[in-house]
Amino acid sequence: MTDLLIDIGLSRGLAVLIAKTLGVFALATVGLLWTFFCIWAERKVAARFQDRLGPNRAGPFGLVQTVADAIKIILKEDIMHQGVDRWVFNLAPILSVMSVLLIWVVIPFTPTLIGVDLSIGVLYLFAVGSLGSIAILMAGWSSNNKFALLGAFRAVAQLISYEVPMALAMLVPVVLAGSMSTQDIVRSQHVMYLIAAPLTVLIFIIASMAELGRAPFDILEAESELVAGYQTEYSGFKFGLFYVGEFLHAFTVGLLIAVLFLGGWRGPFAEDVPALGFVYLLLKSFVGYFVVMWIRMTLPRVRVDQILDLGWKFLVPLSLVNLIVVAFLWKILPGTDSITSVGDALVPSLVLLAANILMIAGVGVLLREEGRRERARIMARRAAQPVSEPGSVADTAPAGAGD
Amino acid sequence: MELTVESLVFLLFSLITLGGALMVVTTRNLFHAALFLMLSLFGVAGLFALLTAPFLAGIQVVVYIGAIAILIIFAIMLTPQVTAVPPTNSQWIAGVVVAVVLFALLATIVTPLLSELGVEGWGAVFTEKNPPPVPADSIARLGEAFVDPQAYMLPFEVASVLLMAALVGAVMLVRPARGAEDEAPQTGAQE
Repeated sequence: MTDLLIDIGLSRGLAVLIAKTLGVFALATVGLLWTFFCIWAERKVAARFQDRLGPNRAGPFGLVQTVADAIKIILKEDIMHQGVDRWVFNLAPILSVMSVLLIWVVIPFTPTLIGVDLSIGVLYLFAVGSLGSIAILMAGWSSNNKFALLGAFRAVAQLISYEVPMALAMLVPVVLAGSMSTQDIVRSQHVMYLIAAPLTVLIFIIASMAELGRAPFDILEAESELVAGYQTEYSGFKFGLFYVGEFLHAFTVGLLIAVLFLGGWRGPFAEDVPALGFVYLLLKSFVGYFVVMWIRMTLPRVRVDQILDLGWKFLVPLSLVNLIVVAFLWKILPGTDSITSVGDALVPSLVLLAANILMIAGVGVLLREEGRRERARIMARRAAQPVSEPGSVADTAPAGAGD
Repeated sequence: MELTVESLVFLLFSLITLGGALMVVTTRNLFHAALFLMLSLFGVAGLFALLTAPFLAGIQVVVYIGAIAILIIFAIMLTPQVTAVPPTNSQWIAGVVVAVVLFALLATIVTPLLSELGVEGWGAVFTEKNPPPVPADSIARLGEAFVDPQAYMLPFEVASVLLMAALVGAVMLVRPARGAEDEAPQTGAQE
């Protein structure tokens, strides 16, 4: 691309600038168009989980339903009610989509195709992700609406809490690969990190679900309490942007799971035929995406205090222990700093797998104890309830009779 | 007078940083001030990236924009008066004096360094003509320097202890009084 532009007589600096601008434009467009397919796929899968058919009228298998919806949403009136903080209100949806699209910059699609192979890839992922919570705060604040503000409050409390275990989980592939570059992380996965660190994958999925703000962690837009949370006052295209941002983020979580833990574009012959690597990456991403959808469809919403308890009292200590164990074992195992083939990686991976199974068993035992204590507490409260209820009725009854 | 791409980008990020900072202190809306603060900090991250220090740029975004600015917004939301806050109070004269003195101090320190680095005049090339390549393992070196007794191990550990003390202090401040622990919030239990 750059060479072509230089050939037709442009200076080198200008050619690079044009080529990079086009690259950014292409990546963003592909990402957003891909969302159309994601929305369709998610609606179809959701329908199957709920014993429905899902979209099936527009186009084969309802494939162009999303296009129809998109056209409809663009044609809707853009409502701007009184008391809106205009600039912030308009900026929030853009920032929300941007924070997700920026993640795509460091995703290695094939052995050669990657936006930028940053040496701080994983740190960049983390930094960009934190922009999303700012977008939600801005939306909630500028709407001049109590429901929106409550939603934003909840959202940020939840997002900040779950950023900690997520960062600690993303550090595990960094430790295993010895690099923060996403391309290097994929290259060094001779054996998928899913084998070496299943507990990390679990923590990462839970934390990502919370970062997504979807069921079971969707208290930030809990329909039954907050109308639609921070999006309440948005309509038309701006609501569409939030919607697109959410679905794109969900698929991006699948992408991240694929890149960090499932070996990214790696697969048979991927080194020779880069296009094949892209296919592998997509397939693996859909495995991750399906898990995210599966959890969303299956579990009910969790209460706000339970969410914060789960984050701070369970996931943070667990991910700390997990990181220390993985880093320690990886350091003392012989030959882990010069892995060049599957054979080299197999034994250390299996040792880590054994350690992970031990940790998971330990967590299981702890959780069972905790569950029993919780059950005892609830039983005790239930036993106390009937005593208080007749008492309150008895207090009010004489007053009513007196009238 | 030579304007390279680097110097243009440098000017852009400087403008973002200084303009954002100016808006922070002049806007009458506290929430807007917090957002402009984020913009200003983002400009600083850009400057770090321009200096081929990507790790510092990333940390700048994670720590200052992702954590500290959001905490500032939290504090603002707990403030009774957010809009129409007067940007100055009776201490503005003292503030101006301190700012001018600080600026003069920094200028006297930085100016001798300029000639040493080969930067001359306003139109100068802001970065060196042929900067030495940044070593690929600069992040690994940074990490090693933090745990190397010959380098930065002591300050690093002191900072950790300080943060730990702050954390313990925060927990002590919000700890419920003795006996009240059983009455943890049970909101929504009836749903």
